[in-house]
Amino acid sequence: MAEKWKTGLLGWIDARFPLSSMWNDHLAEYYAPKNFNFWYYFGSLALMVLVMQIITGIWLTMNYKPDATLAFNSVEYIMRDVNWGWLIRYMHSTGASFFFITVYLHMLRGLLYGSYKKPRELIWIFGMIIYVCLMAEAFMGYLLPWGQMSYWGAQVIISLFGAIPGIGDALALWIRGDYVVSDVTLNRFFAFHVIAVPIVLLALVVMHILALHEVGSNNPDGVEIKKVKGPDGHPLDGIPFHPYYTVKDIVGVIVFLIFFCIVVFFMPEMGGYFLEHNNFVPADPLKTPTHIAPLWYFTPFYAILRAVPDKFLGVVAMGAAIVLLFFLPWLDRSPVKSIRYRGLSYKVALAVFIISFLVLGYLGGEPATPVLTNFARVFSILYFGFFGVLLILPMFEKTKQVPDRVTSK
Amino acid sequence: MKKHIFLLLLTIIPVLSLAAEEGVHLDKANIDPDNQQSLQRGARLFVNYCLSCHSAGLMRYERMGKDLGIDEKLVSENLMFTGGRVGDLMIVATNPEDTKEWFGTVPPDLSVIARARGVDWLYTYLRSFYLDPSRVTGVNNLVFPDVGMPDVLWELQGWQKPIITTVKDPDGTERKVINLELATPGLLSPQEFDRAVRDLVNFLDYMAEPGKHDRQTLGVKVILFLLVFLVVAYLMKKEFWKDVH
Repeated sequence: MAEKWKTGLLGWIDARFPLSSMWNDHLAEYYAPKNFNFWYYFGSLALMVLVMQIITGIWLTMNYKPDATLAFNSVEYIMRDVNWGWLIRYMHSTGASFFFITVYLHMLRGLLYGSYKKPRELIWIFGMIIYVCLMAEAFMGYLLPWGQMSYWGAQVIISLFGAIPGIGDALALWIRGDYVVSDVTLNRFFAFHVIAVPIVLLALVVMHILALHEVGSNNPDGVEIKKVKGPDGHPLDGIPFHPYYTVKDIVGVIVFLIFFCIVVFFMPEMGGYFLEHNNFVPADPLKTPTHIAPLWYFTPFYAILRAVPDKFLGVVAMGAAIVLLFFLPWLDRSPVKSIRYRGLSYKVALAVFIISFLVLGYLGGEPATPVLTNFARVFSILYFGFFGVLLILPMFEKTKQVPDRVTSK
Repeated sequence: MKKHIFLLLLTIIPVLSLAAEEGVHLDKANIDPDNQQSLQRGARLFVNYCLSCHSAGLMRYERMGKDLGIDEKLVSENLMFTGGRVGDLMIVATNPEDTKEWFGTVPPDLSVIARARGVDWLYTYLRSFYLDPSRVTGVNNLVFPDVGMPDVLWELQGWQKPIITTVKDPDGTERKVINLELATPGLLSPQEFDRAVRDLVNFLDYMAEPGKHDRQTLGVKVILFLLVFLVVAYLMKKEFWKDVH
């Protein structure tokens, strides 16, 4: 088949650019395990959301004005006077939250099936850098509508850098470009949000996928399918990504879009969690809102920050909550990848970790009352405890025998 | 478990936001965004009572007329007091400097106020002014204590006076509760006034997102399309996966 095409236009291109071989390496002859389950949709979904964010972002940029006196009104201008502007804007604002939903579920998949373990450490690290870039991207993008929450959220988060001893104040000043969040800050955040961070994100996504295709995908059984190959040299438990997973992922994409559209068309504010009520009030540097909460995807870390009595140590704890995830491939020393064959101790530890993350996410969006702060302390300890437990787990964890082949279709 | 997490993220989240509100009890506005007559009455109240001090600088008269089924000529004759063209934004004629001097603050733009405050807050706020001689404006408000705004709807509602009672909570702490009682009747009966405020809030809600109706109508079509597409895509997946064993 491929030989036939060596002549003609494709042959002409292939002699000059590796089009056919790229197609084969990454799609038509990339062998993926045949037992992918529900959790394996979120990688391709995250990629789709990224593309959607970039495209809607380009169209928003055509009418948005990165100017402190014009920004708020220009967003409402997009919502009212630009043809289909409301749809593009809601897709972008909802897309930001759905990006985090898919990425969090994608990361959880890694924890469930040990996808970060040897030889996939670099995939995990690239993924973690993507996650950090995504947080920066979302944080800077949220300043752009220039509402009260945009403004004061940015003010609070940037002031955290001020807690670093010695260089803190100078660093915060350098980030803002002014003594308070101002037009200067808005302009530089706009530049980072629309150019700098997206370029880095795209490059990282390419690296993430190249690293994955180099070593091959993990699967719910945590079995290396490359170990058992048929006479044709292809893994017996593998199937070509295209067409099998492309047609399967299309189903996932549509289900995802149904959920996505329910939010976009019927609840774009998501009860104040995707678009905060206070952000419909223009930014006012003289009026501090009584309750400043970051958007939901930052709240677990915000809760950890507030749980620590000392501001600087709080910033350290918040940073550690993210940095520790980078080291998961080396903290989790069990040779067994998938949760299916791991001991009860790991299952309990992971369940506690997930619950802690969700509870911290709830607490981070609530006012810090003494009772809630104590809750945040308990769950922060449980969150960090997970990493400690991982270190000692091999001493008593009873793992099951991992099969040689994948178990289900 | 997989379903639980997704449901947690999608359904529990909006419930939590309600718990975050504190303070005064808010009456339900129960607005009807599909009731065009209510919206038209609300628009008339808005231009008569609000627009002299508050702007709605993100809204155009033309769009309002089109969405509310009001003729362009009627809009410019009956709803535009400042002259200008029907395509203009709903800005105010008063100078912000003057209003700042009169009320101590520049009256906020009301274009998206319903999205910032919520309709129940607005509905309760506009009905909660009461006589308070210690205030410059002569009135105070239960929902927004010491508000700078005078009771502009007084001729419709009349004047309310506060009835202060002290109640004991089960745990023994005492609380002051202010109830309002109509002292001087206005042009409208209490029921008529509630309806008028409901109309006004309905209009404010419309104005905060004029495209809301289009959004929901389109949404139904898009989701129906996706459901049909889902069936096709699922059948295609099944067909392709027949040879995977």
